[in-house]
Amino acid sequence: MAEAHPVGFQWVMEAKLRGATVVHVDPRYTRTSAQADLHVPIRTGTDIAFLGGLVNYVLTHQKDFREYVVAYTNAPMILREDFRDTDELDGLFSGFDPEGRAYSTETWAYATEGGGSGGEEGGRPGHRGHEQETARPEQHGMGGASTADRPLTDPTLRHPRCVYQVLKRHFARYTPELVAEVCGVPEELFERVAEAVTANSGRERTTAFCYAVGWTQHTVGVQYIRTAAILQSLLGNIGRPGGGIMALRGHASIQGSTDIPTLYNLLPGYLPMPDAHDHPDLAAYVEPDSQKAGWWGNMRAYTVSLLKAWWGEAATEDNDFCFDHLPKTTGDHGTYRTVLDQIAGKVKGYFVVGENPAVGSANGKLQRLGLANLDWLVVRDLVEIETASFWKDGPEIETGELRPEEIGTEVFLLPAASHTEKDGSFTNTQRLLQWRHKAVEPAGDARSELWFYYHLGRLLRERLAGSTDPRDRPLLDLTWDYPVSGERAEPDAAAVLREINGVGPDGALSTYAELRDDGSTACGCWIYCGVYAGERNRAAARTPRSEQDEVALDWGWAWPANRRILYNRASADPQGRPWSERKRYLWWDEERGRWTGRDVPDISVDKHPDYRPSEDARAQEALGGDAPFIMQNDGRAWLFAPEGTLDGPLPTHYEPTESPCGNALYGQRANPVLQTYRHPENPLNPADGAPGADRFPYVFTTYRLTEHHTAGGMSRTLPYLNELQPEFFCEVSPELAEERGLRHLEWATIVTARTAIEARVLVTRRMRPLKVRGRTLHQVGLPYHWGHGGLSPGDPANDLLAVVLDPNVHIQEAKAASCDIRPGRRPRGPALLDFVAEYRSGGEGGARPADRVHEGQSARGAEPPGPHEDGAPDGHRGNGHRPPAPSRPDRRGRKRDR
Amino acid sequence: MTADRTEQSASEAPMEWLSASLAGPLADPATDAGHPHPPERVGFFTDTSVCIGCKACEVACKEWNLVPPTRDEAPDLLGTSFDNTGELSANSWRHVAFVEQRVPAGTGGRPAEAVDLGMPQPPPAERDRAPEAAPGADGGAAEGVRWLMSSDVCKHCTHAACLDVCPTGALFRTEYGTVVVQEDICNGCGYCIPACPYGVIGKREDDGRAFKCTLCYDRLGSGLEPACATACPTDSIQFGPLEELRERANARLERLHEAGTAEARLYGADPGDGVGGAGAFFLLLDEPEVYGLPPDPVVTTRDLPDIWRHAALAAGVAAAAVAAAFLGRR
Repeated sequence: MAEAHPVGFQWVMEAKLRGATVVHVDPRYTRTSAQADLHVPIRTGTDIAFLGGLVNYVLTHQKDFREYVVAYTNAPMILREDFRDTDELDGLFSGFDPEGRAYSTETWAYATEGGGSGGEEGGRPGHRGHEQETARPEQHGMGGASTADRPLTDPTLRHPRCVYQVLKRHFARYTPELVAEVCGVPEELFERVAEAVTANSGRERTTAFCYAVGWTQHTVGVQYIRTAAILQSLLGNIGRPGGGIMALRGHASIQGSTDIPTLYNLLPGYLPMPDAHDHPDLAAYVEPDSQKAGWWGNMRAYTVSLLKAWWGEAATEDNDFCFDHLPKTTGDHGTYRTVLDQIAGKVKGYFVVGENPAVGSANGKLQRLGLANLDWLVVRDLVEIETASFWKDGPEIETGELRPEEIGTEVFLLPAASHTEKDGSFTNTQRLLQWRHKAVEPAGDARSELWFYYHLGRLLRERLAGSTDPRDRPLLDLTWDYPVSGERAEPDAAAVLREINGVGPDGALSTYAELRDDGSTACGCWIYCGVYAGERNRAAARTPRSEQDEVALDWGWAWPANRRILYNRASADPQGRPWSERKRYLWWDEERGRWTGRDVPDISVDKHPDYRPSEDARAQEALGGDAPFIMQNDGRAWLFAPEGTLDGPLPTHYEPTESPCGNALYGQRANPVLQTYRHPENPLNPADGAPGADRFPYVFTTYRLTEHHTAGGMSRTLPYLNELQPEFFCEVSPELAEERGLRHLEWATIVTARTAIEARVLVTRRMRPLKVRGRTLHQVGLPYHWGHGGLSPGDPANDLLAVVLDPNVHIQEAKAASCDIRPGRRPRGPALLDFVAEYRSGGEGGARPADRVHEGQSARGAEPPGPHEDGAPDGHRGNGHRPPAPSRPDRRGRKRDR
Repeated sequence: MTADRTEQSASEAPMEWLSASLAGPLADPATDAGHPHPPERVGFFTDTSVCIGCKACEVACKEWNLVPPTRDEAPDLLGTSFDNTGELSANSWRHVAFVEQRVPAGTGGRPAEAVDLGMPQPPPAERDRAPEAAPGADGGAAEGVRWLMSSDVCKHCTHAACLDVCPTGALFRTEYGTVVVQEDICNGCGYCIPACPYGVIGKREDDGRAFKCTLCYDRLGSGLEPACATACPTDSIQFGPLEELRERANARLERLHEAGTAEARLYGADPGDGVGGAGAFFLLLDEPEVYGLPPDPVVTTRDLPDIWRHAALAAGVAAAAVAAAFLGRR
């Protein structure tokens, strides 16, 4: 956190000054470790085992906050008889379809009074394999399936099939010994962490978890966060001051670009993108959610208001509020799928904005081969980033795989205004919108994103004016009337914020509770409703902390409803009394008949703690006054997820796709439903036990340095920042340096089946070998900021990665993979391809190629090793697929048959 | 010892006035320098125990003061942990040192062995060798690491030798008690460079003149804090009236000692030290040498009166001898 979020880390330092204990779990000893009370070096990719160990510790030592757990979590819910856990199925949950490599979630549901399944569609995820997965998982994750029948419960938590007991059995194997064996964390160190966490949780105290992409970029990333959520729910650390799980986002307003998404499968406010097959009309789209208890029950109001914000007068009851104008998904349209479709010639044009995928994305070669096979490419950035210059100086030009004169892509590089040169808002990790005002006019031709898209839309609409083609209607019907000002006709950013906030007959709306499903309200993003309440831009509120309490309700505006702590109803007991005076935050005021406290209540302000819904109550009215988790249809925090995740209702430890270790827990080695793409340039290193696995005996992880910004476009081009970390380097322990003959400040070559890169060597004791499953495991650290452009050209670390993804959210496994490392620089030009081919094929005798950097002999045409054993029942997904015979793509970036 | 000497020197006329302004405790350097009604003396307290090594101070300083990049052409990886600035110089007025130490496992306590002094770079030939290898995973497990970070800066000494030796008056004592080089007066003679006991000031190669931290003299006049202190996210760099900073530092030191951080100590906070107390002082977690700071800095002009006295005496003796020689001839 100190490395990548130094400004946010000041609050950790402040907490530390006030006596907080700071524990840092990270494969490397970083700037954060330097300030932590305890640093726990961990094998990368094993956090579920570590967190699972903590869950087990809490349950075994009965350290859970029992009243909170019984009242506010789904611990008492009883599961169906046919649910089977991983212990019984050697690492699989019930419902696994080996052919489709997907789960049917039917058996994960609660047992209900009617005896039926609680799941709305039963085995929906398995219906059409992985291709159809769009955004319903995200939405279910927030809301849950509709439950017509009441689930059976056991408040004593003794029923063998209640969630509490299932959880206890599930995590029983995650002992300190197992944590030591899997994670390489000594038992006593683990126990110190467990003691610190449990001693600082309960009625009087709370513990917070902070994580960044070190948790998310795994094939089980979603389940990492789930494990933390289970732990925090058991300890009563959700919805209370000083608790929570903080997602530290990758850069400014990434939270904002999820809320108002740049994701293919979401509409603003986490509404799923409609599916072309499942959602022929608005009614079909909103139907699954409309039956739900909780705030998702108002799905139709949110959707109709969004449609009204976009298509205004044109959207009427009669035409389904222009629902047909919305684009629909037909399958996976994620960024990696799109890149493969570019290579296959199916995608012709590409906008790249505020991103540098040629450096920042996994398997950079795939990215660049895709870029080289487009008709046109628009890059808007501050400088000429590698994604715009790949055609003249990319790594594939050096190797001869691509030739500039044969790349047909027309590149439009357009200068973008920086954040100081435009008005707008940032939404930070705390869901806080903060307005920034333009300080200076952008120089030269640089323009804001708002300017660019507004005028692009205006010109397109002008060209289409008068068209009678129905496909042009969505564009022509758009409300595109933002006021502009100045010489450059800059649109008014505050007017856009007001549209996002929403308007009704009386002007700007104050809260999403005012949204209607009859077309009388318009709202661009329901969760942002209220940011412009009273016609005032509340994101621009800046009352200093000296003039308000530390909750600081008048600094910026937090969604939803300016609530600073989500689910803060949980800070009081079921009767509405604070759990403790020390952690007093929100409570029921019986005299005034309302919730009161320091924050905006996360419950209807006058809903009595004793309120119980009637049979026909719907949406939020269907939740009782003692149900804090108001986005869930049962009002409870989910220890067990009956729906919403595609890879299991409980987190369980799987090894990273590429791991030099087997799974200590089950025969199933890696996530059985992980997502990957078969492509000749996306081969996987053989995993543990497979032939050739010993060629890649080390583990590497990628990360950021304080001195640079992500893929480097904003830092490698600036002399002041570049000189602070002027060269790409790898971090290795003295022990690994000794083992492989690496010398401080000399060069090393790091190799995977994808490519080989070179880096200067930093030998440091901050990297430590770990004892894992009876052997010494070495980890290599690689900052991923460098690319072939800028003031300090260097090889991109992400080029080493394969595209293997978490099935829920399609995030790449960038934080754990296997590699080899050897002294010396990598081969140049076409020799690099030969060198990598030799690694892929195993060279002579299948062993690691001899240490002959620069002299790699051609091994092309050699037979690839057989299918890798990954422990999966079926080898056609996961890392079981056969690496391709090495071959060179032809000059247009496509593969030639050999 | 310093004080003794000073007293001794001070008691000896006719060098008394000179001695007082060159060494020993001095309550108010600004008045001493001729400012009739100066504002409070200001300075920095750099608390290295909360430094996270983000280097925002280095960048903010360069941005505000238009300091050129340290090394224009293809800056090189220095290999001294995460420090690629190396030292304070004409083009680096703040420098964050990174010191990696081996400590007994899990203590975070005092180092068993310092492996990196954060000192200026040895020649490349010596750097090429990797740090000595450890006994292996098992042996390594018995040890942890500690990573110290510290943002160094000009000390704005009470007795500033750079200022004393400057022949043009380019270096002067401001009304805030700080020491500043005036770019338009400096003639590039370079006397100030060896005079500094900390190696702070340097000459800009392509320019010839000497540059160093001004404690953002231009910002102070507008009621602003120096750029580095403003940028520091953890308040490791604190700016304010020197007296207040010393009190704050003593309180912080006491707190750290109570918390068991026995190795914490202040550096440069003592008005009785060799430079009469620094205007920019530090809280360190190890010996000053570990951070590349001299353990017992002394203003290099301290002995100037003595030297002059001895020179005068020698000249007198020589004159007497010459005279005697002539007289003796008679």
